[in-house]
Amino acid sequence: MDILVCVKRVPDTSENEIELNRAGNDINRDDLVYSVNEWDNYAVEEALRIVENAGGSVTVVTVGDEEAEEVLRREMAMGADKGLLLCDEAFEGSDGMGLARILKAAVEKGKYDLILTGAQADDGAGQVGGMLAAMLDLPFASLVNLIEVGEGKLKVGREIEGGNQEMNAISLPCVLSIQTGINEPRYVGIRGIRKVASVEIPRLGAGDLGLDAGKVGAAAAKVKRLDYFVPEMGAGAEILEGSTDEIIAKLLELLKAKGGLK
Amino acid sequence: MAQIFAYILHKNGVIDDTARELLAVARKIDASATPTALVLGAGSELASACAAAAGAYAQVWKVDNAALAYPNAEVVRKALVKLVPAGSIVLMAHEHFGMDLAPGLAIRMDAAFVSDLVDIEDLDGGLLKAVRQEFGGAVHSHVTVDLSTGAVITARPGSFQAKEEAAAGGQVADKSGAVEDLAGRRDFIEVVAAEVGDVDITKSEVLVSCGRGFEEQDNLAIAFELAKAMGADVSCSRPIVDAKWLEKARQVGTSGQTVKPKVYMACGISGSFQHMGGIKGNPFIVAINKNPKAPIFQVADVGIVADVLEFIPELTEKIKEGA
Ligand SMILES: Cc1cc2nc3c(=O)[nH]c(=O)nc-3n(C[C@H](O)[C@H](O)[C@H](O)COP(=O)(O)OP(=O)(O)OC[C@H]3O[C@@H](n4cnc5c(N)ncnc54)[C@H](O)[C@@H]3O)c2cc1C
Ligand SMILES: Nc1ncnc2c1ncn2[C@@H]1O[C@H](COP(=O)(O)O)[C@@H](O)[C@H]1O
Repeated sequence: MDILVCVKRVPDTSENEIELNRAGNDINRDDLVYSVNEWDNYAVEEALRIVENAGGSVTVVTVGDEEAEEVLRREMAMGADKGLLLCDEAFEGSDGMGLARILKAAVEKGKYDLILTGAQADDGAGQVGGMLAAMLDLPFASLVNLIEVGEGKLKVGREIEGGNQEMNAISLPCVLSIQTGINEPRYVGIRGIRKVASVEIPRLGAGDLGLDAGKVGAAAAKVKRLDYFVPEMGAGAEILEGSTDEIIAKLLELLKAKGGLK
Repeated sequence: MAQIFAYILHKNGVIDDTARELLAVARKIDASATPTALVLGAGSELASACAAAAGAYAQVWKVDNAALAYPNAEVVRKALVKLVPAGSIVLMAHEHFGMDLAPGLAIRMDAAFVSDLVDIEDLDGGLLKAVRQEFGGAVHSHVTVDLSTGAVITARPGSFQAKEEAAAGGQVADKSGAVEDLAGRRDFIEVVAAEVGDVDITKSEVLVSCGRGFEEQDNLAIAFELAKAMGADVSCSRPIVDAKWLEKARQVGTSGQTVKPKVYMACGISGSFQHMGGIKGNPFIVAINKNPKAPIFQVADVGIVADVLEFIPELTEKIKEGA
C-alpha cells in the first residue's frame, strides 16, 4: 500500500508558553521551538506499521516555508521513505481550503492508496483532512483510532463520545484523519536524524503543481485571521498565595468545607 | 441574508442540548433570523426528535431514510448536499460528528468553512467576525468569514447560551423526497462500547486528576498517594491515556467519562474544553499548575501556582499528619 501522510510544522506547546507579541497581531515567535504537530506523528507511525505488515511506501508531505523541511526529515528519520515540500510565496496566508487545494494537487501527482492527516493541528481547525477528501471525491473518516487492512477496504474505528468507538468499513483509496492514542509513535534518536540529513527532498511550487496561484494564498482565503488576543479575564480562580505551608493550610480548610476530605 | 440551517443532533428521539445553542448562534449572526432545523434519521425516533426540534425552531425539515438510521457522516453529507440550497449557512456543533461531517460539506457546497467558534461579534457587509481559540485555549483569535457563497460553521458546545424561549410550535416539513439513493463508500458497522475499568470514576465524590504536567509515568504514584490520603479516586486527562499510563476508563472528557464529583483536583492539566466538557454538576475545582496563565485557572474555584511534583507530596504529608 502506498500511503501519503500530511504533516505540519507547529509551535511546540509543551516546549513553549504561547503568548502574544507586543503588537498583539501574532503570538510571540522569538525563541519559539517548533515540532511536528502531535497528531501527525501518530499518523506517520500508523502508516509505517501498515507498510511493515502489508508492504508499500510512506511519503510525507507538508505545505510550508523552507524551515518546514525539518519536520519532513524528522518523519523520514522515523522511517518514511520520501518527503515532499510544497513551498511557494503564493501559498502564504492560505486558509484551510487553500491548504487542501495545494495538497490535492500533490496527491494527484502521485498514486496513493491511502492518505492520512492528523485529526487537527494545534493552531488549526480540524479541517484539512475532510476538505481534501471531498476535493478528491474520496471517502473520509475522522478521528480514527483503529485501522485494520482488508481486501480493497479498511475497517476503521472512530472515536466518539464517552470512550465508545464507531466501526466502519471504508473502501480504498480513502482519506483518514488520525486521532492521538491510536498507537505509540516510535522514538526518533539523533542518529536517525543524521542518517537522513543529506537526503534530497523535492520542493514543489505552484507552477510544478499546476496550481492557479490566484486560487490559493491570502487573496483566495474566505477565512482570515485578524489578530490574536487574550480576553479580559473574568473573576477566575482565587489564587492561594503565601508559603507552601500557608497555602496547604488554606487549601485543607477549603477541602474540608467542600467535602473533599474524608 | 442567506437562509440559516441548524443540523440537529439527536439520539433515541431526544435532541441534544446543542440544538438550542445553535439557535443562539443563528441569532448572533442575524438577530432577525428564523433558522430552519435539519433533522435527519429514520422511523419513530426521528418523529420524536422532529417534535422536540419544533419546540425550539419555527421550521423543521425532516428527512426520513433507512440509510440515516445511524448518522454516518458520509451518508448525511450526501443528503445535505441535495437538500440545502446553494448559498445557505449551515450550523452544527463542534464535536465528533460535526468534525466528521462539516469540512467536506463546505467543499461540496462551495461554501466557506470555519470551525469551533466560541463567540460571534458582528456581521458587516457579508463578512462575519467571530472568535476562535488556538493552542488549547492559550490564545484567542478574531477571524473573518466571507459568507457570500454560503458557509458551514461549527460552534463549540457550551459556548453559546441557549435562551429560554417560548415554545416555537414549529412546522415540520417532510423533505424525504429530496434525497433518494444515499449509498456511500463508507458503511457503518457497529458501536463498540467503552471498556469498564477497575474504578468507576463517574461515581466518585472526590477526584485527583492527573494531566501531562506529571511528565513521567512513575510520577503518577504521588497522585495515588494523595488520593489515598484524601479518600479520593484518580482520574486523568487524555494524554495520560494516550501514553498508556492509565486505562481509558479513568479519562475525563468528551471522549472519556462524564464525572460529577463534589471536589475535582486538576493537577498539571491545562483545562482544554474537551477535558472540562466531562466535568458536570458544578464541583469545587482546585487547579494546581505551574503556569499562572494556564486556562484552567479561568474555570477553577481555587488555584495554586506550583509544580505538582513538589506540591502534591507536601500536601499528602500534611493530610496524613492531620489524620
Ligand atoms: C476530538 C477530541 C477529543 C478529545 N477528548 C478529550 C477528553 O475526553 N479528555 C481530555 O482530557 N482531553 C481530550 N482531548 C485532548 C485535549 O484537547 C487536550 O489536548 C488535553 O486535554 C490536554 O491534556 P493536559 O491538560 O493533561 O495536557 P496539556 O494541555 O499539555 O497541559 C499540561 C499542563 O500541565 C502544566 N504543567 C506542566 N508541568 C507541570 C508541573 N511539573 N507542575 C504543574 N503543572 C505542570 C502545564 O502548564 C500545562 O498547563 C480531545 C481532543 C480532541 C481533538
Ligand atoms: N501546512 C500543512 N501541510 C501539510 N499538512 C497539513 C498542513 N496543515 C494541516 N495539515 C494536515 O491537516 C491536519 C489537520 O490540520 P488542521 O485542519 O489545520 O487542524 C494536520 O494534522 C495535517 O495532517
